[in-house]
Amino acid sequence: MTVRMILRKKVYEVKAGMTIRDAILKLDIMPESVLPVKNGELLTDDEILKDGDEIRLVAVISGG
Amino acid sequence: MKCRKCDNKAVINMRQHKLALCSHHYLSWLPEKTEHFITKYKMFDRADRILVAVSGGKDSLVLWDVLQQLGYEADGLYIDLGIDGEYAYSEESKRYSDEFANSNNLKLIVAEVTKMEGASILKAASLTHRGKDKPCSICGLTKRHIMNRVGFEGNYDVLVTGHNLDDEAALLFGNALNWQVGYLARQGPVLDGNPNGFIKRAKPFCRFYERETAAYSLLRGIDYIYEECPSAVGAKSIYFKEILNQMEMDRPGTKLQFYLAFLRAKENGAFTSDPGLIETPLRKCDSCGQPTSSPDECAYCRMWGRVRERMEAN
Repeated sequence: MTVRMILRKKVYEVKAGMTIRDAILKLDIMPESVLPVKNGELLTDDEILKDGDEIRLVAVISGG
Repeated sequence: MKCRKCDNKAVINMRQHKLALCSHHYLSWLPEKTEHFITKYKMFDRADRILVAVSGGKDSLVLWDVLQQLGYEADGLYIDLGIDGEYAYSEESKRYSDEFANSNNLKLIVAEVTKMEGASILKAASLTHRGKDKPCSICGLTKRHIMNRVGFEGNYDVLVTGHNLDDEAALLFGNALNWQVGYLARQGPVLDGNPNGFIKRAKPFCRFYERETAAYSLLRGIDYIYEECPSAVGAKSIYFKEILNQMEMDRPGTKLQFYLAFLRAKENGAFTSDPGLIETPLRKCDSCGQPTSSPDECAYCRMWGRVRERMEAN
């Protein structure tokens, strides 16, 4: 029952059954700083993760 | 979660507005809001000649896209800083800017710092005290100078940049932390021009969160440089953004309120009585002719002059 979450080149594994927001928080990532995308589609973070999902987290913070 | 307007599946939830929208409604919401901010802050109108500062990143390309959709004619300006790093940052940024301009039949002006001044930003940073710790200061000074020069000499009415609310809130946070009253007084959606050589500047995206412009680019299929500038690693602006996002997570709307409350305070004269704000008279720089408050050369010419001297000495 695992879900892959990818942020830049880092791959994380989390359990299915929780929301994307909870998974992001569990990974110690700031929800405001990423956008979740599954199969090229943008999702809201209340979506429940299903076994086998692969979620790309698009980093949105830029600056310098 | 469903779209507030049509009950279709939402793709974005903007917690600060308590507003979730589907792809279709989000793609019309952001341009409509942009138009509202352009009018509200008296940024420009459709008769104006507009120059967009384009970096190849999401904010500037989305801004250029939205301006076209709204019927504003705008040329782009890309400044090639000569920053390479492991993924040829400047080259890649330029490629995204070029591709966007070509596919939308838009005019992109390219200014190459290395050709103009004889050295890249990183080389200049390594040779000056100003860039000793970080090249960002030299980069900022160079970009502001070139944007103003190209805009003013090209007879554009306004220079627009893709600064978003996260950029503005981070800038505000930094300026407030150090109580930089002069900078605070100048910060805002619009910086008026000056007939002696300063072009008017506007930030139509100043009230959109960074994730909103990113979401728009994903939904519209706008390709942009995803990698961060290699020199920005550890930049203060990113650190401030992270702190503000921590607060936003606990209290949605914090960033927006921070910025809007600042604008209200400014409008009510919060920064006008400070004696430090007495305007210094401007004169033309002895070298480039751009306005400066210094008695001889402007900061840009002084800095690049030192770089050339040190290159010759080496």
